[in-house]
Amino acid sequence: MEPDIATTGRSPTSVEPTPEDQPRGATSLRDGRTNKGGDVAFRWLSKGSGWLILLLMAAVAAFLILKAVPAITSDKSNFFTTQVWDPDGTGKFGIAALAFGTLLASLIALIIGVPVAVGVALYISHYAPRAIARPLAYVVDLLAAVPSVVFGLWGAVYLSPNLIPLSTFLSKYFGWIWLFRSTNETYGKSILVAAVVLAVMMLPIVAAISREVFVQTPTEHVEGALALGATKWETMRMAVLPYGRSGVVSAVVLGFGRAVGETIAVAMVLSSTYRISWRILDPGGNTIAANIANRWGDASSTISQGALIASGLVLFGITLIVNFGARAIVRRGRKASA
Amino acid sequence: MKINRHGAAVLGLAAAGALMLAACGTDNNTGAGATSSSSGGDPASAASSITCPSGSANLTLSGSTAQANAISVWAKNFENACSGVNVNNGLGGSGQGVSQFQAGSVDFAGSDYPLAATDMPKANARCKTGDAINIPLVPGPIAVGFNVPGVTTLKLSASNLAKIFSGKITKWNDPAIAKDNSGVSLPAMGIQTFHRSDTSGTSFNFSNYLANEAKTDWTYGTNKQWPGPGGQGDKGSALVSQDVKKTPGGIGYFELSYAQQQSIPYAQVSNAAGTFVPLTQENASNFIGKAQVVGTGNNLTLSFDYADTGATDYPNVLVTYEIVCQSGNDASKLPALKAFLGYAASADGQKAILSDGYVSLPENIRTKVASAIDSLK
Amino acid sequence: MTAAVYDDVPLSPPNLSRRKLPWWAFVVTAAAAVLVTWALFELTPIYGRIIFVLVAAALYLIVQTALSVSVEGWRHAKNRLMTSLLLVSVILAVLPLLGVLGYTIAKGLARFDGVFFTHSMRAVAESDPNGGAYHAIIGTLEQVGIATVIAVPFGIMVAIYLVEYSRGWLGKVVSFFVDVMTGLPSIVAGLFILALWVLALRMGNSGFAGSLALMILMLPTVVRSCEEMLKLVPVSLREASYALGVAKWITIVRIVLPTALPGIITGVMLAVARVMGETAPVLLTVFGNNVIHNNPFNGPQASLPLFVYNEVLQSYDTAINRAWTGALTLIGIVLLLNLIARAVARFARVRG
Repeated sequence: MEPDIATTGRSPTSVEPTPEDQPRGATSLRDGRTNKGGDVAFRWLSKGSGWLILLLMAAVAAFLILKAVPAITSDKSNFFTTQVWDPDGTGKFGIAALAFGTLLASLIALIIGVPVAVGVALYISHYAPRAIARPLAYVVDLLAAVPSVVFGLWGAVYLSPNLIPLSTFLSKYFGWIWLFRSTNETYGKSILVAAVVLAVMMLPIVAAISREVFVQTPTEHVEGALALGATKWETMRMAVLPYGRSGVVSAVVLGFGRAVGETIAVAMVLSSTYRISWRILDPGGNTIAANIANRWGDASSTISQGALIASGLVLFGITLIVNFGARAIVRRGRKASA
Repeated sequence: MKINRHGAAVLGLAAAGALMLAACGTDNNTGAGATSSSSGGDPASAASSITCPSGSANLTLSGSTAQANAISVWAKNFENACSGVNVNNGLGGSGQGVSQFQAGSVDFAGSDYPLAATDMPKANARCKTGDAINIPLVPGPIAVGFNVPGVTTLKLSASNLAKIFSGKITKWNDPAIAKDNSGVSLPAMGIQTFHRSDTSGTSFNFSNYLANEAKTDWTYGTNKQWPGPGGQGDKGSALVSQDVKKTPGGIGYFELSYAQQQSIPYAQVSNAAGTFVPLTQENASNFIGKAQVVGTGNNLTLSFDYADTGATDYPNVLVTYEIVCQSGNDASKLPALKAFLGYAASADGQKAILSDGYVSLPENIRTKVASAIDSLK
Repeated sequence: MTAAVYDDVPLSPPNLSRRKLPWWAFVVTAAAAVLVTWALFELTPIYGRIIFVLVAAALYLIVQTALSVSVEGWRHAKNRLMTSLLLVSVILAVLPLLGVLGYTIAKGLARFDGVFFTHSMRAVAESDPNGGAYHAIIGTLEQVGIATVIAVPFGIMVAIYLVEYSRGWLGKVVSFFVDVMTGLPSIVAGLFILALWVLALRMGNSGFAGSLALMILMLPTVVRSCEEMLKLVPVSLREASYALGVAKWITIVRIVLPTALPGIITGVMLAVARVMGETAPVLLTVFGNNVIHNNPFNGPQASLPLFVYNEVLQSYDTAINRAWTGALTLIGIVLLLNLIARAVARFARVRG
């Protein structure tokens, strides 16, 4: 078996022992003179693109920092612990509640969305008959085409009232779980609604990439497992899922990125409060991106704009940390499977 | 018969051809399907008060979403009269209007509150040779819409509104509400309040009303970001009004246009004397007429008289200002700018927006606005 | 297998003749699950469509697994459970899709007429029933088109670098920051272009400024999905090409990329679909317009998501109808592009 291709990523090139600054390949065996120029140019082009993308990121980061620092230094409260947002009035604003809400909503969205997305991907790639798989894959891709405003409206106008029975049910029978406690039995425009909307929004990305990876599982692996008497699910677990793990993790990271960065849709379904609360059924909650969308329209001073950009910088930091984590998971998985 | 059939075929072909040609797209919306009956009054009479500038110009503005309907009506009449001028409203919210005005991206900006002192220097710098001024142009009442089954008229005092929106009154049959509404059978239903989750001039002006008329019961002050505790937040007046409409026991505040379009009943609110004033466009206009002009020169910043006790003065209002350069305007756009704003501030222009839930500027203020616009350089 | 075994089991190997649940057992289980859920809803104050689906599905899974364990054994019960779970996940994914799509179609058909696709919004008041989105469709196609033309080659080159060339720190850093880039809120990308391109460089609002912001949003999706697809191209293909004396870059361009093409196209289409509906960055960079403006490089231009966003929050039904038709159009355009891309992919596919 060679699941390493997927998990180590760099293995296609590892067959060639040439050092990095040399164009790799069996140079001695081919007409080096005519191809060498093309090879060098192409390599530099691709390396240049790598540098360019880093430059772009550095520029974005520099912009964020440049605009954020004056605002943070003028903050009359601790930026990282304060749970209010009033840069124009009292001059106090803080990221605490926003960062918390962002993580909570995205995490719940991942918990709801990823199993469904991976399940759909697996169903399409290995279970469904061809006549169903094609249209189904297409239909899931179609979800990615729905503009975020429409998701927001759907969430606010349709989903939020339809989740009230579920919220009532959860708080009544599962109220002993701290997440499902309710303050005054008003439901709607809550973190739960936002999480469901985000889960639906990340679904096509995670499902599409996972599907493409699952489809690539060599047929011999699948047939081998089946021939050994494995049930279909055992085949999936032993051959398909390990092969696709790196791809699925990338897909989840992309999905998470979509969730934490989603702006308009979340702004339309959340009640927008500035308080840390675990109660996901209560109206309220806020995320960094939604807060920017809600407050940018009326932020005209350098400080109020800078404060919002500072929150964007924090979001940047959050994705940085989450990505570190995801990479650590992939690395550990690789070691374990090696 | 045969010829007719051929004729039909040719017609069909022609129609198909026309459709394909039309696929190239057109800016001309005056043909079939364009009706001017629903709004904007009579185009002929509108045209009479429009003096078209010579040449062509693209006017850009952005900012307040509260004035979107008004600008669209004026732009329609103006563009129909003057083929060379386009009026492009970028919306985006009052603050964004101010930012874009400061950056010089727009010719003027709409804002639901006058330019803040901190925003003044950058705005004046943009105008180079003159100052930036506030011109009140689009006044309108804020409706307090409710959804109480079986109830269509309701009197809500400022103090009761303050208590409802701060969660101190939680049932519709609360004695404090019942006292003001004898004869109305109020259900024992919970109150669900809806407010704006985004920063907005509507929140600013409604909280300003509460802060001025219910000083003891509203301790949260005036803010663009809804300052009250509890309740559910919605982005934009459209979602607030939709939620009120479909939630029994719901209450919320929005521009009159939303209440009218969704047929949501709205409350009579109390003024400084404790008198209940029904929301009519005339009553709102009366209240705005009592406002003081506190700006200097052509800067026509208004200060509402919340101590006003007139029984026909509806005190819960919103005025959108246009922020514009007194001088230093782009010379190529100045004639179009003056012509467009001049039309908006004319008696005809002010009448044209009545059907959209706005009110006309009171005559004493309108004449000052018109002369300020006339003096733009 | 020996002859003795064949004597014992004359017809088939033992594992194929194990006891299996008949198909009707599942139908009965499903019916029972729905019935019990219904009874539960009648007897208790629980209500709501979403809970009904969830409870019925959970009941079905439990009973089916119990039945299967007792008759077919644990391994097969697990297999059945997982198959059912996958089906449930498909249902859970398709339901919201049908919800969103159905909602958009139902509301969008009101203005789905010729006028909408051929007229701009010049001289149309919000309360007027006419007016169209031609100008916004043109704007969005140009903006997304330019963004794609920049982001796709750029992104593919970065992915090629990551998969085919990089071995040192640079590749790790690049790939890490590409991931970080995915979390960039769309509005921040818009703010960045606003500050840098529109204001600092004094280029003004234009369709191209919007393209730049959308390009930043497309890049990570393009790079990441291409990277995954390139990784999956079998080493044997590359080795075969090298063995024939083909240069590395030609191998990449002629062998690796075409093999990975269907996957790359999926990734690119995902990226296009994502930015097509973005409102926030466009709001800050292209400004919007209500007349037809074909030049994306100079002056404010309209954009379809922006059109939808501005119209949908209005008070008049006429404006809201325009917005929903705009949303429907947006979905239709992405659908159409998807179809075209897939057709192209089928033609370009390397047949192995």
